[in-house]
Amino acid sequence: MITSAIIPLPLARLPWRLIFLVAAIAMFGLVVLYSAAGGSAQPWAVKQGIVFFLFLGVAIAMSWMSEATIKSIAFPLYGATLIMLIGVEGLGFVSKGAQRWLELGPIRLQPSEFMKPAMVLTLARFYELVPAGEIRRWRAIWPAAVLLGVPAILILVQPDLGTCIMVLLCGITVMFLAGLPLWIFVVPAAAGAVAAPIVYHMMHGYQRQRIDVFLDPERDPLGAGYHIAQSKIAIGSGGIWGKGFLHGSQSHLDYLPEGHTDFVFATMAEEWGLVGGVLLILAFGSIIRWGMKVSANSRTRFGQLAAAGLSATIFFYVAINLMMVMGLAPVVGVPLPLVSFGGSAVMTVMLCLGLLMALERQQRTGSKVT
Amino acid sequence: MKPIRITSAHQSITFSRRMLVLGGAQIGVGGLLIGRLGWLSIAENEKYQLLSESNRVQLIPVPPRRGWIIDRYGKPIAINKASFRVDIIPQQLEKGTDIVPQIAKLLELDDDDVDRVRRELEDSRGFQPVSVADNVPYEQYAAITVRLPDLPGVAASQGFTRFYPGGSTVGQLVGYVSPASADEYEKENKNPLLLVPGVKIGKEGLEKTLESTLRGQPGGQRVEVTARGKLVKELEPKPDISGGTVQLTIDSDLHQYAARRIGDQSGSVVVMDVSTGDILAMPSMPSFNPNNFSDGISQAEWKMLSQNDHLPLVDKVLESLYPSGSTIKPSMAMALLNAGIDRKERVNCTGSYPLGNHVFHCDKRHGLVDMNDAIVRSCDIYFYEMCRRVGAEKLAPMVRSMGFGEKFDLPFDNQRYGTIPDPQWMMRKYHREWQTYDTINMSIGQGMVLINPLQLATMASRISTGRRVVPRLLKSRLIAPQPPLAVDQDHLDFIRAAMAGVVDHGTAAAAKLPIPGIQMAGKTGTAQVHKLGANERGGHENSVWKLRDHSLFAAFAPADNPRYAVGAILEHGGFGAQVAAPLVRDTLLFLFNKQMALQNLSVFEQSLGGTLDERIARRTAAWREANGLPPLPAKQA
Repeated sequence: MITSAIIPLPLARLPWRLIFLVAAIAMFGLVVLYSAAGGSAQPWAVKQGIVFFLFLGVAIAMSWMSEATIKSIAFPLYGATLIMLIGVEGLGFVSKGAQRWLELGPIRLQPSEFMKPAMVLTLARFYELVPAGEIRRWRAIWPAAVLLGVPAILILVQPDLGTCIMVLLCGITVMFLAGLPLWIFVVPAAAGAVAAPIVYHMMHGYQRQRIDVFLDPERDPLGAGYHIAQSKIAIGSGGIWGKGFLHGSQSHLDYLPEGHTDFVFATMAEEWGLVGGVLLILAFGSIIRWGMKVSANSRTRFGQLAAAGLSATIFFYVAINLMMVMGLAPVVGVPLPLVSFGGSAVMTVMLCLGLLMALERQQRTGSKVT
Repeated sequence: MKPIRITSAHQSITFSRRMLVLGGAQIGVGGLLIGRLGWLSIAENEKYQLLSESNRVQLIPVPPRRGWIIDRYGKPIAINKASFRVDIIPQQLEKGTDIVPQIAKLLELDDDDVDRVRRELEDSRGFQPVSVADNVPYEQYAAITVRLPDLPGVAASQGFTRFYPGGSTVGQLVGYVSPASADEYEKENKNPLLLVPGVKIGKEGLEKTLESTLRGQPGGQRVEVTARGKLVKELEPKPDISGGTVQLTIDSDLHQYAARRIGDQSGSVVVMDVSTGDILAMPSMPSFNPNNFSDGISQAEWKMLSQNDHLPLVDKVLESLYPSGSTIKPSMAMALLNAGIDRKERVNCTGSYPLGNHVFHCDKRHGLVDMNDAIVRSCDIYFYEMCRRVGAEKLAPMVRSMGFGEKFDLPFDNQRYGTIPDPQWMMRKYHREWQTYDTINMSIGQGMVLINPLQLATMASRISTGRRVVPRLLKSRLIAPQPPLAVDQDHLDFIRAAMAGVVDHGTAAAAKLPIPGIQMAGKTGTAQVHKLGANERGGHENSVWKLRDHSLFAAFAPADNPRYAVGAILEHGGFGAQVAAPLVRDTLLFLFNKQMALQNLSVFEQSLGGTLDERIARRTAAWREANGLPPLPAKQA
């Protein structure tokens, strides 16, 4: 918080350090997109910049929402998103082999994006309503499992494995923090390890192939393993200091596929090297740490759970994308928030940050409200 | 267990604890990510930098110039001739394949070629040129060149075509070159050089076996290209290294002379230098013209060559095997002497030799003959009798030591080396006991005996020197050591004298060298192709060409101080003395007196109705007419 006589109080009360950090990451992202386009602001950097500032405005506006408002919209938001998810199945159209978008006039909505914050808020609200004594009871578990499972299945059948995993992880994080008995998490994890081969058997051809190739990328370096192989070449060839701005041959000569979307980190690391990569990871780490601190400082159970869940959403975005780009996880199609080109991820992350900022403001001004 | 009563306070402690776990896990993942990033960009940096470079930089191979093949005096046998070619660089095309008909019209391409160009353009990788036409005449090349500004993507350039000054006389020796096939491309691990338009590799003969020396190292234009094959910029080129020159022991003039002297016969001649084993000539005729192959042979020409019963596609020096006939007799006589037969002992030749219920024949009644007579007048009955007495076990090793049945270290992959049979071999191969009639057959080089012309020349070399002469074709190879043969000098002198007698007053008396003081020594041979009844004997000229006897002659000269040895086999040529011996005489004459030899050749060719090229042209025209094909357009010289 900046305190100064010149700046009006409402503005001064904004969490400027966070906003600068987010803006810095986004600006760096624009620089990377500029290079990915071969040294041109078109077609990505300008568009991405506009979308970013639009949602930054939205996020800042959201920061004035009261916790009570957030609480009250949790269930309706969840319900609306669930209906849209069902609508995608019916009305959605096929793009890239996946049914993910809902056309509402000129707006193209990807409801699964909304589901990440909506899931966090709903579960936070649900556990706030569960009395402390009931938390280890079966009734505290099955409604949450249904709330989480139904949208997860709907997203999985779209099919959008990446988002499905994200939603599940966000929901499970909230349930974990809510204090459910540990066996709830340990037993399914063990069961999952057992069931993995069966799930693998039921997967779509391309999903199964991605996992095969993740386990052994050398198997098909020109086919399905091409993404991971070329991404590792881009990152590895960057070295400590990188090849220099606009000098990344992997991205400029089109060897790196999706160099402006899911694999934007590889484009960045090739030109900015280990240094750029570590700085970017640390910047994301600071944002997540800020969010976790909002949660820790929160005085309400809803605030605690919601803030932690929203921070976890950002964390899972970054972690899954980077693991995938560096060959530690299969390619599941999760973008790097604020850097990858594309509005959806920017929107989700800025919604999360807007909600976090609102919760944070609540803490600072909380004494007046209560 | 009684359920614990959980209060808000409990809940808050659980939350804090689990937040610590979550935070710790997040820091752990962050550490893992940074660690992985560090591993990729520091520890594996070098590996990935290499991979990135090999992505970025592609090499457009610049074909090296193929090495020359030259003869022992440095005369060219295979060289490169400048030629014009037209290619299309797909990436620079502006109108796609629409340009193809326009070029096809300028270059007068036929429909097959147009289809091929279209197909290759569709499959091509941007910067790799697609060959439109090879060996383009200057007028068409010029027509393309002046229109180049209107033809983006078309490249007219100068390249090289293989040229063989010896034409069809060297076909079997050098083989030919042509573009690599899909199989050959796979076999060389997809060597990109083989895809470059105009690059040809050896397919037969020396061009094939000496490929690694002749090809050289391709250079390359290094370019930066995108993943889709679009050229971004050119980097500094890598120079090419021309192929190495290969010098042969061949005397190009002699080789061509011998080839022409074979005339319209089907056969081959091998001339060797007896002191070194150098092969001076080894034509096999008729042959194909390798120049036509390097221009791209037409289907009609291929068909004509493969239908010819004189087998122009077979190297008769190394791939064809023949019964040795009587040319085996000097070696047999050596074996007999070695086995203790008295050369003065006489055998009465009555013209027939009964053995069991079969009668073996001689072509004449020679009366009482000793060993010398038996060689000079080529009496079969003498050898039947003497060889039967000694037995095959003692004969075969000596015959083999003369070079028969031996495989030589020569740069050809099609060498066949024939058979000198013996009882063990018979058991191994046919699972039967050796019979006396096998010895009888073997004694005059029939039955299971099979040799090639190179072995015939080697035998003459070894008898003339008494040393184990080994043929050599590559000048770069060391001359093989020549240990003395395990024979008595006295025996050798006797055999040489007998062979001199063959030419002086024996079966080859008509083939004396017309030079005073230089005598030739030799041995004629007539190898039966199929078994003739007694009443058919001598009826060679009348029978069908395919059934006529092979005509053989082995010789060395000068008889008193041998320098050259020759072996010649003319398929279905009839009596050795009549056809092969004069051919060998003229070939040797060329070495001693060129003028006289050339005169003989011109008389000989006139009797055949023109020079080799004229006769080939006439025969091709006749074949095309018979097969309903239009006559070939007149070729520029």
